[in-house]
Amino acid sequence: MTISEETPPQAPASRDAANWAKPVDRLSAAGLAGAGVDAVTGRRVAGPLQGFGQLWQKTFKVRLDGVDVTPQALIGSWKDQFPSFWPSSARFYAPLAGIAPGEVALLDIAPVRGSPVRLSTGVMVLYADDESFTFMTPEGHTLSAWITFSAFRDGDVTIAQAQALERTSDPLDELMYLLGGSRMNDRFWQQTLENLARHHGAAEPMVDTHVVCIDSRRQWRHAGNVRNSATLRTARHTLTAPLRWITGRR
Amino acid sequence: MSATSVALDRSGAVATMRIGGDVTSASEADLMAGYTQAIDGGASAIILDFSGLEYMNSGGIGLLVTLLVRAQRGGVRLLASGLSDHYREILSLTRLDEAIEIHQDEDAAVAAVGV
Repeated sequence: MTISEETPPQAPASRDAANWAKPVDRLSAAGLAGAGVDAVTGRRVAGPLQGFGQLWQKTFKVRLDGVDVTPQALIGSWKDQFPSFWPSSARFYAPLAGIAPGEVALLDIAPVRGSPVRLSTGVMVLYADDESFTFMTPEGHTLSAWITFSAFRDGDVTIAQAQALERTSDPLDELMYLLGGSRMNDRFWQQTLENLARHHGAAEPMVDTHVVCIDSRRQWRHAGNVRNSATLRTARHTLTAPLRWITGRR
Repeated sequence: MSATSVALDRSGAVATMRIGGDVTSASEADLMAGYTQAIDGGASAIILDFSGLEYMNSGGIGLLVTLLVRAQRGGVRLLASGLSDHYREILSLTRLDEAIEIHQDEDAAVAAVGV
């Protein structure tokens, strides 16, 4: 007698299946060396729907006129050397496995240029393919956001783009955003794109910025996000620094 | 890559947008036109049926956020049906499932609207 085992038919895997992170309940940045404070481990991701402030779509584009680089090659180098294109006021501690779906990176940002105070936070790689990759922020980050880095052709020219869908996470972050944080954030991504374009040989890169308010309302039901605030944690960490120095603890 | 297809069906105050093919940032015009048509026709609930969805990247999921925000602002109820396990996972991963009602199929979504 022959017994045949039948397995239920499985749906074919989607073409995009390998490009997305797998669902996780809590993030982990364990094993990521270099960053001073791990403000990500144990936190959930938070997207634009979980934030507090007005919802903005910010698009930054730079044309690489006269540069012979395909979108795929550009994205490849952007992923490989991501931290090197950032302005010097911030540090990006890349995942050991590189920018790949599900990986977590830590960030260390000076809230004000030249400030000794560092804002520690991170991102999860939500999506990555040959022509784009997307980061999603964790709870506590100043922005509840996705930011997608992509490259495409416009005729003979390759264009690099960073597009954020963002709202501040809590009322304190919203206040700072209105008082100049938004402009600083814009300048950050403009400088990043300029650095990327120069790296590939563009002589005088000009970044085109387009900002649209998608939702002008504030989500007061998420005002309690302030309990996870990286801004408050950083302020507390800074204020207690002398005490830690005296007691010999970091 | 295949193009996005959006077919609209209306029954009273409920409209079903059948979304097929690839959903990327290039799908914006198709999705927003379908949504506007549904609203202009008087729909107060819209079912996004994803049975025909073949591919979606992060640009596509960004469009869903924009659609959700527009619906919330306009007091329109948004539901999803026909999602494969993979796309359900993506909605869970991105926490969109906290803002959109997910149903197994279109019939279940229609029943949930209660018409």
